[in-house]
Amino acid sequence: MQEHVQLSQKKINDDLLAGVLGMPKWWLGAVGFLLLVIATGIGAYGYEINKGLGVTGLNRPVLWGFYITNFVFWIGISHAGIMISAILRLTQAEWRRPVTRVAEVMTIFSLMAALSNIMFHVGRPWRLFWVYPYDFSRGLFMNIRSPFVWDPSAVMTYLIGSTLFVYVALIPDIAVVRDRATGKFAPKIYGMLCLGWRGTPRQWKLQAIAGILLSALVLPVFVSVHSIVSWDFAVAIGVEGWHSTIFAPYFIIGAIHSGVSAVAMIMALAMWMWKLDNYLRPDHFDAIGRLLIVVATTWFFFFFVEWIFALYTLESPELALRELQVFQAPYMWLFLAFLLTSFFIPVPMWLFKSVRRSPGLMFLSTILVNIGMWLERFLIIIPGLARRQPLQFDWGSYHPSIVEILVVAETFAFVALGMLLFSKFFPIIPIFDMKEGMQVREEIKIGRRIVPASIRETP
Amino acid sequence: MAKRSVLGLFTEEQVDEAGDALEALASAGYTTTEYEVLTGTPYPEGTFGEAEPKHKLFRWPLTGAACGFIIGLVLTAGSQLAFPLVTGGKPILSIPPMAIIMYEGTMLGAIIFTIIGILLESRLPRLFMGAYDKRITEGYIGVTVTTEEDRIPRAEEVLKQSGAGDITRGWESK
Repeated sequence: MQEHVQLSQKKINDDLLAGVLGMPKWWLGAVGFLLLVIATGIGAYGYEINKGLGVTGLNRPVLWGFYITNFVFWIGISHAGIMISAILRLTQAEWRRPVTRVAEVMTIFSLMAALSNIMFHVGRPWRLFWVYPYDFSRGLFMNIRSPFVWDPSAVMTYLIGSTLFVYVALIPDIAVVRDRATGKFAPKIYGMLCLGWRGTPRQWKLQAIAGILLSALVLPVFVSVHSIVSWDFAVAIGVEGWHSTIFAPYFIIGAIHSGVSAVAMIMALAMWMWKLDNYLRPDHFDAIGRLLIVVATTWFFFFFVEWIFALYTLESPELALRELQVFQAPYMWLFLAFLLTSFFIPVPMWLFKSVRRSPGLMFLSTILVNIGMWLERFLIIIPGLARRQPLQFDWGSYHPSIVEILVVAETFAFVALGMLLFSKFFPIIPIFDMKEGMQVREEIKIGRRIVPASIRETP
Repeated sequence: MAKRSVLGLFTEEQVDEAGDALEALASAGYTTTEYEVLTGTPYPEGTFGEAEPKHKLFRWPLTGAACGFIIGLVLTAGSQLAFPLVTGGKPILSIPPMAIIMYEGTMLGAIIFTIIGILLESRLPRLFMGAYDKRITEGYIGVTVTTEEDRIPRAEEVLKQSGAGDITRGWESK
């Protein structure tokens, strides 16, 4: 890190708890707006439950539409959260400090949003409990061979694991809030949540080990979740474009691409909204920008290879699908937008240091990536199903209905509201991590230059 | 006999004095289980000359993984054997989906047990805070002694001699 603002522990507490102990003017308005969007989405979903899935644009043979697209999108976003946090923790990267919690918290809310899409999609959500092991009294147990059991087991493992991960890393910071909170109930609630944390050397040592150990445990889960989501498609042998052996790594790298972009986007938003300029520096955006170049290029390589594998077979149904995706409206326009927004506009932008160091431009470019990655999932799912198969007697097309659009908008509002509420009640930047970063930082003189350095032992 | 604790508070700059206090407490006959340092930020191990904390955390994920694996195996194999659905003349136990559920069970078990291990090894939850000062999370360093009530005055004296600013008492348990 070349830039650094040295702050006292008290100043760090004051800055990072400003949003928790006070309430900015915009906060209630933002929460109110998001609640309105959520209420509209829930209303639309209620209408769907009442009238049935006929109110959506789903139509034979396109029986997976916006909801499944959105499910894959949110699973993808959730991935980078823990991925970025875990890898940066494991490698002890100094620039991780203000970034990790934003990433981890985003994981939790995105996973919840992803799971809700399954509920929206199944039509009769009250039957979802058949997926879970319940009891033998009904005379029928879940069929564990079904991919629809793999998904909940993987996603729930990831959700439970990442929630516990966030909580453990949050305990020392909850203790800071406990010591600052006023009123009758707040100190008691925070006191209970931090479990009586005092900050002994033993507690700090285990906290450091926990960060690394849990990162190492959550990373394999993160890889498995998106692999399993991709197998929802890849094990369907009857759909061209889905039955591909490269889908698992291709989905994982796509998830990292969209997720790391989302982290950069939230970092910029958090910096503006909570005035965290002293903590989220241009250096942090620069670092995440460089990471994004690597991730985006790797993702593009997998995208390219997936296409080559498909075209190399020269099988007419596969070629027809690719032709539908690239040369026929409306998919051709979506395909063009997808390529431009997910790779060809943002990556050249990130090659410039001035762009990487600008929160505004990083915000803009990472929004583009997420638009592109949402379209990518749409283009994998819908054209694959929309193609007329042999012996198919009923053939319709897919147009998303207003119900689906409102429900999908609800998931975006839900994640935004979740982040907003979390940052109101808990510090969104790890306080103890920032304090430790200040403590281990030193300026050393090498020749005629004074450069910043960090010295830290390995736990 | 009810235990009591006493806390001596040192400023952020008094790191050496806090270390001296631990040495003085040891010289005065207090054991390492009776005194400890409280800080609002992690200091490098041994900063205050304190003993290296021993733990057995690494056993927890292994135990959890084993439990999760067994649950995954019983759940997958058991449900298929209890409700045998022959598909395409293939064996009842289908290994690939079993592997997925067993894998997730193993990882979930490992994670949950690790969390439990972290909390218990950190001696959390702690029902009684004992002597504590809110300024610790602001950068102050606390040296706390938890011992029988009759040994508290001597501990206070040692802390005062070492340069502690404020000294407060608290109940450790009732």
